[in-house]
Amino acid sequence: MADIQKLQDITSQVRRDIVRMVNAVSSGHPGGSLGCAELIVTLYNEVMVHNKKEFNKNGTNEDMFFLSQGHISPVWYSVLAHAGYFPVSELSTFRKLNSRLQGHPTTHDGLPGIRIASGSLGQGLSVAVGAAQAKKLNKDDKTIYCLMGDGEQQEGQVWEALMYAPHNKIDNLIAIVDYNNAQIDGSVDEVLSLGNLKAKYEAFGWLVLEMNGNDIADVLKVLAEAKAKLGNGIPVLILMTTIMGNGVDFMMGTNGWHGKAPSDEQMAEALSQNPETLGDY
Amino acid sequence: MKKFEVTGKKDTRSGFGAGLLEAGRNDQNVVALCADLVGSLKMQDFIDEFPERFFQTGIAEANMIGMSAGLTIGGKIPFAGTFANFATGRVYDQIRQAVAYSGKNVKIAASHAGLTLGEDGATHQILEDIGLMKMLPGMVVINPCDFNQTKAATIAAAKYDGPVYLRFGRPSVPIFTPADQEFEIGKAVHLNEGSDVTIVATGHLVWKAIEAGTELAKEGLSVDLINIHTIKPLDADAILKSVAKTGAVVTCEEHNVLGGLGESVARVLALNNPTPQEFIAVNDSFGESATPDQLMEKYGLSSGHIVAAVKKVISRKK
Repeated sequence: MADIQKLQDITSQVRRDIVRMVNAVSSGHPGGSLGCAELIVTLYNEVMVHNKKEFNKNGTNEDMFFLSQGHISPVWYSVLAHAGYFPVSELSTFRKLNSRLQGHPTTHDGLPGIRIASGSLGQGLSVAVGAAQAKKLNKDDKTIYCLMGDGEQQEGQVWEALMYAPHNKIDNLIAIVDYNNAQIDGSVDEVLSLGNLKAKYEAFGWLVLEMNGNDIADVLKVLAEAKAKLGNGIPVLILMTTIMGNGVDFMMGTNGWHGKAPSDEQMAEALSQNPETLGDY
Repeated sequence: MKKFEVTGKKDTRSGFGAGLLEAGRNDQNVVALCADLVGSLKMQDFIDEFPERFFQTGIAEANMIGMSAGLTIGGKIPFAGTFANFATGRVYDQIRQAVAYSGKNVKIAASHAGLTLGEDGATHQILEDIGLMKMLPGMVVINPCDFNQTKAATIAAAKYDGPVYLRFGRPSVPIFTPADQEFEIGKAVHLNEGSDVTIVATGHLVWKAIEAGTELAKEGLSVDLINIHTIKPLDADAILKSVAKTGAVVTCEEHNVLGGLGESVARVLALNNPTPQEFIAVNDSFGESATPDQLMEKYGLSSGHIVAAVKKVISRKK
């Protein structure tokens, strides 16, 4: 049985890290990072089988996570560091000269935990589908996870991959869409509506589940359900509702914090809402 | 000019198909992807022998490149095949981020490059692909000249660990390189010893340069001929050694004069030994519909154009 309190405690620390990392360099993307904290914490600390001690790009006999919307790197870096992939102290180098923690994730500088560069949107699902094909060829029965943004669904390449996976029975893959209905220029509905996204995925041949991404109990339940649906010749997609900026009250419910760093005062307020649980870097 | 024995005539894309099959037999990690151009890329033999190692992506090149990057986990060596136009310009950002920047062991197999695609016209005749690919850090760029060399290049690309752009073409061209050749990436092939001018040629233009050299020999001019199958990394030593002897160079490529082999050679010379150079390449324009021979003539890529360029560059020698 998962320890939800433990996951919540990690999430609280991850939120602190996100806000502090972004504040320190006056740049970065706190909104989506905060919204996806529960999911990524839960994946790495409860759900995925992974080798954090000896990182291997091949991920043989490991579950693998691909982040398509690379701009939410702060949440991923924090979760990876606390999981043991690299020293937590390294979070202080985020976006600084000569850092392995680039603005958007990259393999270029050898940061453990990262298997592909991402940031230019719409590419992650294709990479994940390729990795899922490789796992099948390699007779490796572990699972590929891929997180995408909702605004990112406007990229045509996503739909190429969405078409490929059911046709080729990619059933060792769980794709997740962060459905926070916010992107840089406004709400997704205003910028370019995705319409009935669930119906669209289903029409493409995916099994679609829905999840509240900011409720750890629901994240655990739906991820388990998704896992149970694998191996049936049908790819699984989770439409994950989140609130951008979740956990920091003045960042919630707006797209204003997509790519904006908080001031020192705003950071103090954000930190007061999220207790230090594992120790700040 | 040395006499080259022509052992037949075939398209370089068939050399790729044959090389892919052999690479697949050599190494079970070799896999292939194609975006609805299996016949054009000559991939059917590989598919027949290794059906489980082939992935048909449909007309979705961006997804094909992303998938290729993902497929590399566990040591797989993906060859992603389509026309050169769709293998580069259409998916530049995917190659840049998911393959080159991510350092993935992906081979981009690009057929129907250049004017010799012929009647389909400029929409499909990419003349900018060498430039696009050579600008990507870490990308190897190979443009072999005939069936045998393309086959050898494909096998060598499979053995090389890192991203490779492999460019070949549609028309049948003379086979004059050995079937059993060693292909060393980044190592130029010295085809003819000469003293009056250096010709550095790549791809289909190597045979045109041989034709030009034969004509020039009749006029008493001797050509030092280099087949530069690898444009990046460029074999600067071979070029400098030849130019030190001849004092003049003509570069020949089926590509835009901007961004191609000629500019790479000019950079090497500017840094080391400034030398008069003439460029046989397309003069910053798109192509059009016609037969390959008509287009090579109209756009200045025939052996006659090479002869004229050699005479011009010799007259510029100090």
